[in-house]
Amino acid sequence: MDVLSIILTVAVVGAVGLIIGLLLVIAGEKFKVEVDEKEIAVRAELPGNNCGGCGYPGCDGLAAAIAKGEAPVNQCPVGGAPVAEKIAAIMGVEAEAGVKKVAFVHCSGTCEAAKDKGTYFGIQDCRSAAAIPGGGSKSCSYGCKGLGSCVKVCEFDAIHVVDGVAVVDRSKCVACGKCVAVCPNHLIEIIPDTAKYMVACSSQDKGKDVKNACSVGCIGCSLCTRECEYDAIHMNGNVSVIDAEKCVGCGKCAAKCPVKIIKAR
Amino acid sequence: MSLATFRGGVHPYDGKELTKDKAITRLMPKGELVFPVSQHIGAPATPVVKKGDAVLMGQIIAEAGGFVSSNIISSVSGTVKAVEPRLTPSGAKVNSIIIENDGQYTPVEGLGTKRDYKNMTKEEIIDAVKAAGIVGLGGAGFPTHVKLMPKDPSKIDYIIVNGAECEPYLTSDYRVMMETPERLVEGLKIMLSLFDNAKGVIAIENNKPEAIEKLTELVKDEEKIEVCPLKTKYPQGGERNMVYAVTGRRLNSRLLPADLGCIVDNVDTVVAIQMAVSETTPLMRRIVTVTGSAVNEPSNFEVKIGSSFAEVIEAAGGLKEGTKKVIAGGPMMGMALSSVDVPMVKTSSAVTAFLVDDVEVCKESPCIRCGRCVDACPSHLMPLMLMDAAEACDDEKFVALNGMECYECGSCAFVCPAHRPLTQGFKQMRQLVAAKRRKK
Repeated sequence: MDVLSIILTVAVVGAVGLIIGLLLVIAGEKFKVEVDEKEIAVRAELPGNNCGGCGYPGCDGLAAAIAKGEAPVNQCPVGGAPVAEKIAAIMGVEAEAGVKKVAFVHCSGTCEAAKDKGTYFGIQDCRSAAAIPGGGSKSCSYGCKGLGSCVKVCEFDAIHVVDGVAVVDRSKCVACGKCVAVCPNHLIEIIPDTAKYMVACSSQDKGKDVKNACSVGCIGCSLCTRECEYDAIHMNGNVSVIDAEKCVGCGKCAAKCPVKIIKAR
Repeated sequence: MSLATFRGGVHPYDGKELTKDKAITRLMPKGELVFPVSQHIGAPATPVVKKGDAVLMGQIIAEAGGFVSSNIISSVSGTVKAVEPRLTPSGAKVNSIIIENDGQYTPVEGLGTKRDYKNMTKEEIIDAVKAAGIVGLGGAGFPTHVKLMPKDPSKIDYIIVNGAECEPYLTSDYRVMMETPERLVEGLKIMLSLFDNAKGVIAIENNKPEAIEKLTELVKDEEKIEVCPLKTKYPQGGERNMVYAVTGRRLNSRLLPADLGCIVDNVDTVVAIQMAVSETTPLMRRIVTVTGSAVNEPSNFEVKIGSSFAEVIEAAGGLKEGTKKVIAGGPMMGMALSSVDVPMVKTSSAVTAFLVDDVEVCKESPCIRCGRCVDACPSHLMPLMLMDAAEACDDEKFVALNGMECYECGSCAFVCPAHRPLTQGFKQMRQLVAAKRRKK
């Protein structure tokens, strides 16, 4: 092989590279997309989980929305107050004091409390089990199936199945809402962390059927709704629901509940 | 010539010797009877009686709630005790009419009047079937009058009587063919009178040679009726496999048999048509096989619809000690019961009970990609890939892999060496997809 062909090859490849590089530079200048500097700065402060808890498609989406002023600076549920403050500084506004929110599971039917009507074999996923007429192995078709679909989607290790029912770790939960979306029985709700009393049952069965299926079920007697002075408890079908915004935490409902299922958190 | 059949399928132990030679005995219910308003495919029926009403045997207690729906008929006389949700064999609670049986069986006026179908118009025959609340008794429960009213009746060239009874352990259809073949043939003739271009085919798996012989003898002078022996293979009795075996036409989930010129009805359904048309007797009873290793005296019964499973099991000598599993239907496609206090509905073809729970003893392990499920699938699907979608609850992928073509025969789960709950997973996915489609 002679030296000339080597030199020629290097020269050709080098020249092609130079031309392409030049073209790229021109294209880069010509088709430049104007990016708001604030958006980049905001994006840098966001946690980067891309969990979707803010309602935007990932952290990039939220950063763009905040930079444009379409979303409040404390929209990121994961970052919470510290991130909101930093973003507020970038945006040059005051961060409103946000209330920490957490997920809450409206079921407390543990293995002991909620009776089994059969043994479930099959795919270990609540969504799949919920498709069985009658809804899986628990006698109560409204309750937590305990197969952990919520555990699988949680990126913060904040929800676990303990003794057959999902339990939220309040210190780790960032209220991203993924578990809310995945639960086939719609048992999980995002509530203010300050809420004092909650009804941990979602059964729409009648009192007698609830009693037969589970020892910690709401029998729908509606005594609590009459006891509440702040109009914070209402019946949703056969189960009472506490409105955390109105509840002042006086505890009268809990004292009155005949089945003692309204509990202090 | 080789026997008509289909591609795929499995050969499970059939267990039919337990009840094959047991004559059908009539069972009279005691106490209350439960009639769920949804015992068929389609809209639930609307109750037309209320608490306290007196009802007669043969009276319509709930009227069809749409075109694809069916009347519900009281199988006893008595009083309506309640109309409330009750547990059904499927596991769901369904609004039901509860009737306290007075034990008199007072018939409604006109019940049992003999009629000659030759003197009836086509409309009268279809109306008689509709009023009688007949649905497919093979298991799916598709309203029969809808099957008999295709868009273009002249295009129907096959009426197939499904006597395959491929489900292991079940012998109810076999006993019907052995004990009342005349009714069966007359029922088929009634159906043929509705379709001028059709010929009748009674398709029977060749593990029932006596039935084939008996019916062949009976139809030897009938020009338009023939008996077609089929290869014994599960799920030969599946509608799509049946149509393919007899006619070579391929069905899928988007086609009804009528779209391909076929009408397929189960043996017991054809007998019910005969009774409704020739004897003015609506659908009040069905033939049920009670069998399995845990049943003391496996038997075939004629059961009043609405009777409880518990009562029927008791009539078969009860369950043995250590019974692990009771199934509504056969072992391949049936549904495990959590309670036997559920009513016999129109589609309850059998009660099977076992001392060993085959599902419990099977320990699931990872898929080894052997492909046996692909070979066994009569719908030509790839169960191993469908299972990936089912485990991830990915309904889009499931539909993209044609998961909705699965009709839950259980062949894939039966052959799977890793004991994966394939069919169950697909059944659940199909429910999820169907629920999602209903919402849209």
